[in-house]
Amino acid sequence: MSHFIDRRLNSKNKSTVNRQRFMRRYKKQIKRAVADAVTERSIQDVTSGESVSIPQKDMTEPFFHQGNGGVRGRVHTGNDNFIDGDKIKRPPPQEGGGGSGEGEASNQGEGNDDFVFQISKDEYLDLIFEDLALPNLEQKQLDKLIEYKTYRAGFTSDGVPANINIVRSLQNSLLRRTALGAGKKRKLNELKAELAELEASASKAKNKRKHEPAICALKDQIAELEKRLKNLPFIDTFDLKYNNFAQRAVPSSQAVMFCLMDVSGSMDQATKEMAKRFYVLLYLFLTRSYKQIDVVFIRHHTQAKEVDEQEFFYSQETGGTIVSSALKLMNEIVKDRYPENQWNIYAAQASDGDNWADDSPMCSKILAQELLPKLRYYAYIEITNRPHQSLWREYEKLVDAYPQFAMQHIRSVKDIYPVFRELFKKQAA
Amino acid sequence: MDKAEQLPHGPDWSFELLERYDQEIKRVAQLYRLDTYPNQIEVITAEQMMDAYSSVGMPIGYRHWSYGKKFIETEQTYKRGQMGLAYEIVINSGPCIAYLMEENTLPMQALVIAHACYGHNSFFKNNYLFKTWTDAGSIIDYLLFAKQYIEDCEEKYGIDEVEEIIDSCHALMNYGVDRYKRPQKLSLSEEKRRQEERAQYMQSQVNALWRTIPVRSKQVDEESQRFPQEPQENILYFIEKHAPLLQPWQREIVRIVRKISQYFYPQKQTQVMNEGWATFWHYTLMQHLYDEGKLSDKFMLEILHNHTNVTLQPPYNAPYYSGINPYALGFAMFTDIRRICEHPTEEDKAWFPDMAGSDWLETVHFAMQNFKDESFIGQYLSPKVIRDFKLFAVVDDDTKSYIQVDAIHNEQGYQKIREQLASQYNLSNIEPNIQVYSVDLKGDRSLKLRYVPHQNIPLGDSTQEVLKHLHRLWGFNVSLEQVQEDNKSHVLARVPDIPENKDALQI
Repeated sequence: MSHFIDRRLNSKNKSTVNRQRFMRRYKKQIKRAVADAVTERSIQDVTSGESVSIPQKDMTEPFFHQGNGGVRGRVHTGNDNFIDGDKIKRPPPQEGGGGSGEGEASNQGEGNDDFVFQISKDEYLDLIFEDLALPNLEQKQLDKLIEYKTYRAGFTSDGVPANINIVRSLQNSLLRRTALGAGKKRKLNELKAELAELEASASKAKNKRKHEPAICALKDQIAELEKRLKNLPFIDTFDLKYNNFAQRAVPSSQAVMFCLMDVSGSMDQATKEMAKRFYVLLYLFLTRSYKQIDVVFIRHHTQAKEVDEQEFFYSQETGGTIVSSALKLMNEIVKDRYPENQWNIYAAQASDGDNWADDSPMCSKILAQELLPKLRYYAYIEITNRPHQSLWREYEKLVDAYPQFAMQHIRSVKDIYPVFRELFKKQAA
Repeated sequence: MDKAEQLPHGPDWSFELLERYDQEIKRVAQLYRLDTYPNQIEVITAEQMMDAYSSVGMPIGYRHWSYGKKFIETEQTYKRGQMGLAYEIVINSGPCIAYLMEENTLPMQALVIAHACYGHNSFFKNNYLFKTWTDAGSIIDYLLFAKQYIEDCEEKYGIDEVEEIIDSCHALMNYGVDRYKRPQKLSLSEEKRRQEERAQYMQSQVNALWRTIPVRSKQVDEESQRFPQEPQENILYFIEKHAPLLQPWQREIVRIVRKISQYFYPQKQTQVMNEGWATFWHYTLMQHLYDEGKLSDKFMLEILHNHTNVTLQPPYNAPYYSGINPYALGFAMFTDIRRICEHPTEEDKAWFPDMAGSDWLETVHFAMQNFKDESFIGQYLSPKVIRDFKLFAVVDDDTKSYIQVDAIHNEQGYQKIREQLASQYNLSNIEPNIQVYSVDLKGDRSLKLRYVPHQNIPLGDSTQEVLKHLHRLWGFNVSLEQVQEDNKSHVLARVPDIPENKDALQI
């Protein structure tokens, strides 16, 4: 009799480990492919995986096989016009003479193809952000323990009635009653046996009176014991057990990311695209550490305004540039909606470096006094080919004093990924 | 059972239906004396099928990146629609495990049950190669052991370390098989008996006169000093037993790869027969059920549709031609054996005097049990099959500028084509003949392999790479040489690759 088994519900990922082994082995090549791809990827595409291509020749498994040449006989099917002794021009060498039963040896033709395969979003992110760490995380973690999570922590003997653990309590009750009553019960049984014996002998004896006092005494004793046993309470406050809950501090899993961008006339669409890529990378990176991320977009020229993503990237306005307006607005929003003891605050500012000259000292002042103490990280990227201006020089003064402040200069799209890596590189302990 | 009673014809299947079909097929299979292991039929999804694919048909495999690579390849080609998945995979074990795909329709499932669970299964149980080389009852346990062992090694010695050894073993996997059974060890009593026999014979040959001839001092003759005394073709076995520097666990891994290679050895040599046999039986069993009136017309049509797809043989000039389809050839040959037995022509009587007119069932069973592809084709490829397939043989000699047609499907060509096709399935013609030739025991412990070319065919381009792997296992210099017609050997490759230097060392 055949035996049928439905395996469809079994795990289907038997090969996962082998796949990981493969990725592990070719990590170098895969990483290179991913790094190449990241700058060419379209921005809308942040949640999908990536297709990775590795040269086939890097990963062939060698084995002894026959090469081309020598004398080979082959049988083919479907003869339509040949007769004995016909001479045919040799087909191009790649086909190796038709290569039928030859199996692997003739598969060489595809040796030059790249091996292309898909990696999932998570694998993609792992590869991109490998060796990157949230800046200053360790240092700040302790004082940022701001969220508490309740978890079970055994049992206690006092608490509120709602938390009584019935099973435990009744177990205790049974325990106590057994412990206190067992001796008495034994005694009671003994006395009862003695009484029965006495009564039996009394009924046989002629002088019934003779046993009367003894029987009475026994009966008294028995009544006393039974009363005592009865007085043992079924449940006592001593028995009660309560479920215990404790609070554990967990690092907050929510973060807010501020995107600040200059949209004055000097920022063209290409520059904005570059800034956008940087924001995308930062956003992806944060998704790996935090469950919930709010993104706040602040655009500014002479005035700052909180906008949605579409408007942030694609609407054009002209005017002068006052960076401090954006910083002020950000400060207000933080005060209003994102108290720093509940949110991990990150900010990235992109600009082409233009600022109204008198405003730059103001910016660094707001940053230093108001914002930076609340922030986990503030990255300033300047996207320009021109020499640095006042804003950059003002900001430079902040770099040494505030470890959570970082600034980098981007010239072209190709710089973004390396710059990003540079900013978030795991600091050697 | 009522003859007219038709079985439900799907297209959707359920486990009850599968069981009913299985019972019917089993009943018919027994009529044809198909002797099988018990069946374990597992229904799996497409994803699971891809898993099964990439582990090269082993239900439990140890972990290795190459299987991951195969999985990714399978997944990619499947997703792009370049390749359909096989409808089934069957594993040579007792009980015989067959995987059916969930997506198949009921007729397909029935076809697959007949094909895998009765066709392949009976082949595994009865073919001499499988009987000699595989132990169906213990393979699953062995694979489990292997997986566990390698996992433990990874934990103890690190993934990279283990991976290196497995890589090297995989490179030499084809050279990890015994091609001939070692004779059984004699029992002690038998040994004693023979020894006495020899002693008696010696005694009877004693001639005191010989003692007067002076004894020549023993010549240290180069040959007798050689190690190994005879060339060894099982390179992995040689490594396992003699590699000087391997740790015990590394030897065990070599052994595991070797054992698994040996397990697959019969399958490599019986492609045409195995598939042909299974195809022949799914066709015959289904036809039998249909003749009994158990299958509806549309059910049978779907089966025939799939059957003809499987046995399609494109001609040499078709764009999708990729050699001879083993299903087609095997099916045609078994069908033809039956025809020769039942309705022999004059030609058949001349070619197969023993077979013509004999009991066909007896004859196909005999053919299945006692041959492998090479000998099966050599024995049974009939002129009719050659004509039906329009087979022709070409010779490609690299010393000439053209390819020559050597034989076609005519009276003069049958024999040649048959021989040529048979040799095409001869593993020893396909796999280069490379053997362990000698070890320089007294010198630098270098290992020398020898390549004996078949029809002057040179070695392929990954030879140097394989030698590097061998070098890793052996631990000392490794070289591969080829003996030329003038009896001089020249070195094809060596690791480490220091030309001339090594020759100087040898002197």
